Amino acid sequence: MNIMTRLDTVQTPMKLAARGLDFHYGDFHAVRNINIDIPEKRVTALIGPSGCGKSTLLRIFNRIYALYPKQVATGRVLLDGENVLDAKYPLNRLRSKVGMVFQKPVPFPMTIFENVAYGIRHHERLSKADMTARVEEALRQAALWDEVKDKLSKSALGLSGGQQQRLCIARAIALRPDVLLLDEPTSALDPISTSRIEQLIEELKQRYTIMIVTHNMQQAARVSDFTAFMYLGDMVEHGTTDTIFSNPTKQQTEDYITGRFG
Amino acid sequence: MGTQMHDHIVKSYDEEQRRLLDDILRMGAMAASQLEAALDVVDRRDDKAAERIVANDEAIDALEHQIDHDVMRLALRGPLARDLRTILAALKVAADLERIGDYAANVAKRSMALNLAPPLPHTRGIAALGQLAVQQVRDVLEAYRDNDGDAAQRVRNRDAELDTLYTGLFRELLTYMMEDARAITPCTHLLFMAKNLERIGDHATNIAENVWFLVHGEDLLPPREKRDATNTA
Repeated sequence: MNIMTRLDTVQTPMKLAARGLDFHYGDFHAVRNINIDIPEKRVTALIGPSGCGKSTLLRIFNRIYALYPKQVATGRVLLDGENVLDAKYPLNRLRSKVGMVFQKPVPFPMTIFENVAYGIRHHERLSKADMTARVEEALRQAALWDEVKDKLSKSALGLSGGQQQRLCIARAIALRPDVLLLDEPTSALDPISTSRIEQLIEELKQRYTIMIVTHNMQQAARVSDFTAFMYLGDMVEHGTTDTIFSNPTKQQTEDYITGRFG
Repeated sequence: MGTQMHDHIVKSYDEEQRRLLDDILRMGAMAASQLEAALDVVDRRDDKAAERIVANDEAIDALEHQIDHDVMRLALRGPLARDLRTILAALKVAADLERIGDYAANVAKRSMALNLAPPLPHTRGIAALGQLAVQQVRDVLEAYRDNDGDAAQRVRNRDAELDTLYTGLFRELLTYMMEDARAITPCTHLLFMAKNLERIGDHATNIAENVWFLVHGEDLLPPREKRDATNTA
């Protein structure tokens, strides 16, 4: 047996799973019959060329696509065994359980404190003291607290790009979700801010199940436990990160991660 | 055989990899020639040629330096999968070839000591051992060039033959020394030469294992037998 495939594949419970998942943007079949298990409290990286469907897959997992007409997902997405694509599954509940952070940090034009408190207010009614504690907890977990604790009432727009991105992560984890979806969270950041986010991902996986879409192969190799390679809407290969980046099974995967023409 | 690889999108990446492969094959060819030349001077008792072989070892060391540099350049590209295995294997193969070169030079050096005494009939065993060692080195370099894991495995398995020859030679030399105390000095040199050749076989085996790694990743080779029994002889 390949000595690397042993890597904690056995005893990790599954948090999220896709079963026979398809997605259409109007006539365009963007994601084709995806079946994947996402293990709990692990980082799963989604890689593949632009347009391969990896961001779309992420968007299906918290039903963001439902905001747009003509976007249709069929199949099942199971969160703790429940199909979240089912219209009966409350969107509010889904959004509180599955948080998302995007490529470009999008702080709301309000104070740093309010950026984090905003989402919490939407879901829960907390006393002022509880809210203060919860905001601090989120900012600490996002490794931002020390940098912003003296300026919580200042506008979030004054923060650096890297800080804004960590603020967005704080906003997502303030709801105490189970799953964090990160869509190219560092592609707009400098190397120092990128390292901070990667360190943060390492800390966050103690509590959360994380999926990250990244175009940076080295980043996927650094931060993830499992990696899935997508191409033209298909899931080509999914395995431990060690295997995918040292000796992948499929030629397409090899060609993509080594920068060759496929 | 390894799978056919496509070219990198960045063309200089392929050029740098090709240069690395060329450097390793050149280094390997030099090490094998040095070894053949060393065996030849043992046979011909040619001190001048032996000196040249000892001096030539520097060129092999210089190539190892060059290969280290090639690998460093390639590492900056953040290689993955096959590309990653390529540079990891290259570093190890170069180190093994450097050792093979050292052992070849050492055989040449000892031949000069041997030449201080009258010719001995016992160098024939060394020649046979040496020929097999050369063959192992040449074969494993071919396996490396062709990405041929099966050929590499055959080289590794054949190392047992080298060990058997070495064990036989070891006992033979021991007997000569017991029979005639005057044979102790030359036979000791011959013993060290034999050990050098046996070690060269081990380095060829290391290279074979790296060819396997290059082709198959961390999947392990099946276990093999060992026949060097001199420690219990």
